[in-house]
Order: sequence, then C-alpha cells, then structure tokens
Amino acid sequence: MRLIVLLLVILFSLPAFALAKEAKSVSDDPELEKRVMALSEELRCLVCQNETLAGSQAELAVNLRNQIREQMKAGKTDGEILAFMTERYGKFILFRPPVDYTTYLLWFGPFVLLLAALIFLFRYVKKRRGLIVDIPLTPDERRRAEDLLQAEPRKTTI
Amino acid sequence: MRYAIPLIIFLVIAGFLGSRLRGGYDPHIIPSVLIGKPAPDFSLPELRDPTKMFSPKSLRGKVWLLNVWGSWCIGCRQEHPYLMQLSRDSTLPIYGLDWNDKREPALATLAELGDPYVISVFDPDGRTAIDYGVTGAPETYLIDKEGVIRYKEVGQLTPEIMQNKILPLVRELNK
Repeated sequence: MRLIVLLLVILFSLPAFALAKEAKSVSDDPELEKRVMALSEELRCLVCQNETLAGSQAELAVNLRNQIREQMKAGKTDGEILAFMTERYGKFILFRPPVDYTTYLLWFGPFVLLLAALIFLFRYVKKRRGLIVDIPLTPDERRRAEDLLQAEPRKTTI
Repeated sequence: MRYAIPLIIFLVIAGFLGSRLRGGYDPHIIPSVLIGKPAPDFSLPELRDPTKMFSPKSLRGKVWLLNVWGSWCIGCRQEHPYLMQLSRDSTLPIYGLDWNDKREPALATLAELGDPYVISVFDPDGRTAIDYGVTGAPETYLIDKEGVIRYKEVGQLTPEIMQNKILPLVRELNK
C-alpha cells in the first residue's frame, strides 16, 4: 500500500518536473526575460500556428526568442523587432492581426453578418405583423369575457 | 424558392470548406514576403571545412538553388534522392543550408546518402534561416544572377514542381 502511494506521488509530481524544465531561464536578467516573453506573446509560433511564440517549445520558436533577446540586448525597441519579424515572415507572424485591407473581412465580417441578420429579422417581423388580422370581439363575446373576469376565482387544486 | 435559400447557403459553405480540404492546401505554407527581394547576405562556415567561409555574394552572375536541410529532417531524407538526380544532371547548382544541426550527424547523412550540394553551409543556431523566413525543412529558394529570390518552395522538391515552376523561371532568368 505504501509503495502504491509513493508511486502515485511520484506520478503526479512528474508534471511539476516538466514545468520546472520549461520555465528554465535563458538569461540571468529577469527584466529582460519579462520583456522577451511579453513580446513573444505578440508573435505566432510558425510551427504550431495557434500558439504564441511565448508558449512554444518548437526549435524554431526557441531560435526566434533568442533572436528577440539578442536584439533587445542590442537596444532595439519592440516596434523595431516586430518589423524585423514581419519583414522575414510576413504579417502572419503577428498573433493579433493588424487591421488592413487583407484583414477587413476578418475584423468586420462578423459585424456585417450581424447587421444582415438584424435587417432580415426586422423585415421578417414586419411582414409577419402585416399577416395578423385584427378581429374585434363581438358584444356577446365581450360580455362573456367580463363575466369570467369578475367571477369569483374558482378554487383549483394546483 | 424560400426553401432553397438554406440549401444554397449550405452548398456555398460546403464548397468553400471542401476546396480547402482538397487541392493539397497546407496552412503551414505561408506566402513568402521575400520573393522579388534580395536574398539576405550571410557569411557562414562550410559544413565540410569550417575554416572556409561562404557568402552568397560569391554566386553573383549565377542562377542557383538554396536548399534548407538538416540531418534530423525526415522530409529532407525523402527529398534527397531527387536532389542527387538534379546534381547528377547538373540542372542547377544546389547549395545547402544545414539548419539547426550538428556537424557530425550532418556529415554522416551526406556520407550515407551522397552529397548533392556544391557547398553546404552550417547554421547551427538558425540565425541565417530566420533571415530567410524559414519555417521548416526542406525549403528551397531560387536565386537569380542579381542575387534576388525568385521562387520559394516550402516542402520537398518534386519533378513536377521543377518542370512546371522552377525550370520555366530559370530559362527566363538565363536569357
């Protein structure tokens, strides 16, 4: 029993070891590392495309982070480094796509669809309203309705 | 007619999704921004002789291929026999960029499979590969006499790509 518990403890602590390895700091300057990781969040890992450069352990991502680190050490601004990356890999490397003519559909497409749906809904409701024929109650029906409303509420077993 | 509208919308969506599934669409192929731009310059040690440096400037006046490879890359292994054939037929000079690799396994690979490269340069930390916008191996660049990148193939070179895309360009560039 003790052996099993021990094995379980080891098993469940494995992810902690794995994390410890991932978080390995490359330079000894925590401020610089923070900047590198912040900028890496803005860039796409080109190997595993739905991940940012910050989260990826692909070899290319490691190389690119090294490149960012070096350029930061050389005094480059974040904007200059982003320009360096887009010159080589295109706008696709930017994790948050910029608003320009190639991405209008991406940015504004959903709003166009929403607007189209609202117009459709409005026109549909308007058309339906026209279909409803207003039939006024006859005096006889009105009297019956009033009687029902004024009558003692019947005791029901709900 | 009113019942046909959902069907039409469905067919349009299905057609769009289907066209992406067929026709070998690969989201990893990112259109290169470097086509029509000067090939980034570099000076890297040769794989076989680290004391010698190679720079693409020395190839001005030639049309050549730059092939990104690595001993760790399975696709490169599959592409290798075709590169050997191109080199035997001396279709185009092929230069290699040994990317994110170690020297010993790279040399062992060439010893085992043959060496299709005029020169292969050694880029162990992928610095030059970043300048070329490399995202994976193999990748091949066609570079003209003025040192401008004319074409980039992401993935393996095949006889079809060579015949239909690269060689017509080469004929034009050699005029």
